Amino acid sequence: MIDSLLSGISGLLLGLGCFFMLTGAIGVLRFPDFYTRMHAAGVTDTLATFLIITGLMLTAGWSLALFKLGLILLFIFFTSPTASHALARSAQHCELKLPEQSSASDPRSPTSTESPPPPAMPTETITTLERD
Amino acid sequence: MELLLDIALLALLLITAISIAGIKDLLAAAMLAGIYGLLSAGFFMTMGAVDVAFTEAAVGAGISPLLIVLTLALCGRQQRGDRQRAMLALFLVLPVGALLIVATHDMPAFGAADAPAQMHVAPHYIQQSMAEIGIPNIVTSVLASYRGYDTFGEVVVIFTAGLGVLSLLMRSQGIDEPTVEPAPNAQSRDIVLRVIAKVLIAPIMLYALYVQFHGEYGPGGGFQAGVIFAVGFILYGLVFGLDAVRRVASHGLVQFLSAVGVLIYGSVGLLSLASGKSFLDYSALASNPVSGQHIGIIAIELGVGITVAAVMIMIFYLFAAQLRLQPRGPSLTPDHQGTDAGTAHLASQQQGAG
Amino acid sequence: MPAPRIWRHSNRGPVNVLLASHYNYWIVIALMMIGLYMVIAQGNLVKKIIGLNIFQTSVFIFYISVGKVDGAGAPILSAGETLYSNPLPHVLILTAIVVGIATTALALALTIRIKRAYGSIEERDIQAAEDKQDRATPPLPVGQEQ
Repeated sequence: MIDSLLSGISGLLLGLGCFFMLTGAIGVLRFPDFYTRMHAAGVTDTLATFLIITGLMLTAGWSLALFKLGLILLFIFFTSPTASHALARSAQHCELKLPEQSSASDPRSPTSTESPPPPAMPTETITTLERD
Repeated sequence: MELLLDIALLALLLITAISIAGIKDLLAAAMLAGIYGLLSAGFFMTMGAVDVAFTEAAVGAGISPLLIVLTLALCGRQQRGDRQRAMLALFLVLPVGALLIVATHDMPAFGAADAPAQMHVAPHYIQQSMAEIGIPNIVTSVLASYRGYDTFGEVVVIFTAGLGVLSLLMRSQGIDEPTVEPAPNAQSRDIVLRVIAKVLIAPIMLYALYVQFHGEYGPGGGFQAGVIFAVGFILYGLVFGLDAVRRVASHGLVQFLSAVGVLIYGSVGLLSLASGKSFLDYSALASNPVSGQHIGIIAIELGVGITVAAVMIMIFYLFAAQLRLQPRGPSLTPDHQGTDAGTAHLASQQQGAG
Repeated sequence: MPAPRIWRHSNRGPVNVLLASHYNYWIVIALMMIGLYMVIAQGNLVKKIIGLNIFQTSVFIFYISVGKVDGAGAPILSAGETLYSNPLPHVLILTAIVVGIATTALALALTIRIKRAYGSIEERDIQAAEDKQDRATPPLPVGQEQ
């Protein structure tokens, strides 16, 4: 009885995790500018991964696999917000602005200043990392 | 169910490869190459090749995109759309592909248990490995003991590649005398990155040691452990700057260690030779042949791990030092022939900003 | 522990679907050809190196597919299993992956030097620079030193 309950909850968590991954992926493709896309990617990184790993942990039972999954979860908790933060820092470093609100209030209007020079970016960010 | 996973992963790999071929932005191509490596690691897992998946994830999704991005920082990010040989390439590639497809008709079905590949030597390895070598991971016993000579060649190849990169990119002024560096030590002053890096580096090193010594009982071994160990140092270097990481592991030390690993491996072989058996016959290392195998496998895996870690760190040092030696942006030397779009754009930007 | 066997009578049905049995090999060939196309047709050196990587990984996929046995798990001896995948392709591909990254690192280092020497990593520019250099220095008669 407790086994079927556990596998039911685990299936639910895995399904939810897959749903959030799917919406995160659609968000990364369809959102209008960099910062909203970053949010969608962050949802995928943190929430969906948490749900999937917890779902897997419920089916693992008391074993070494449970402990290893817990460590993976801890590691992802540390690194995925850091990844979003690093992305935001690099965007700020390249002075990537939020899109201007045009009169047509179309978030995809061409007045958005989202295409500052791409060729400048990699050398700047990698050689200097941070210039405060 | 497995077939569905197999079909889905391979289809995703195909889509990724086609997009890499079509894309013009090289940074995006490098990221897609990392995704390609990760997808193939997932595919290897569904094939039951856990050691291979581990290595491919560490190398193809970790080190390889890192090196490509470091190269792009030096060489420029945009590719000029040069399709003059596209037709010729297509005319070459399509017939060869068709011929190969025709040739696969004779191949045994995927997964067939009576295929010739499963017949000759593999059953011996699977059945005799526990009795002769005594470790559960058959891949490690084949890699380190049955085919130890090939692995020795592999370690020497890694060492040679490290030597090659050293001879290409080393400048006696830049590496040995940091005081004459033209660019300041670029380190991140961002508090989040610094704290997280400090928190993560110790578990990464611990994990590398775990993988090194656990390689006989589960997936793992010298190569994966060496790569993970190097990644810890590379993370430190990326966040705190090249000078900081060179204070911890100096260039000379890393060069020395890359040779030490190969020497350890060779010495184990010579020790067996000195005891009267053949080269790399580990049963000569102890009175009980199985214990001898254990000692031999631990020793050579240590050698492999040391060399791989040292060579990866050395390659990172050399690439990163190149970034500090050149002026900002791709090379603007006056006698180069033709500029790519990125260089021209960057040059005009710098002129406008300056 | 009973001696593990690697083969057993295949329990696939009588209809041998060509797609299911050869799909892996065809995808491998497609990936191989994409990699080859990138090496030939793309002018940028880094793109060529990435194409070579794609080619290499497709060969790895081929070998691992050949080593797979239906219903078998990883080749790590454990108590309950009798069927294991073939460990030999795994060993070969492990070596190949590491050698692949070694050659990629060397190729990228060469690219950096080429960039420093010629100022560009586009093949057409490098060829043009070479031709210009050949035209600038007239060929010396055989036997004369520079």
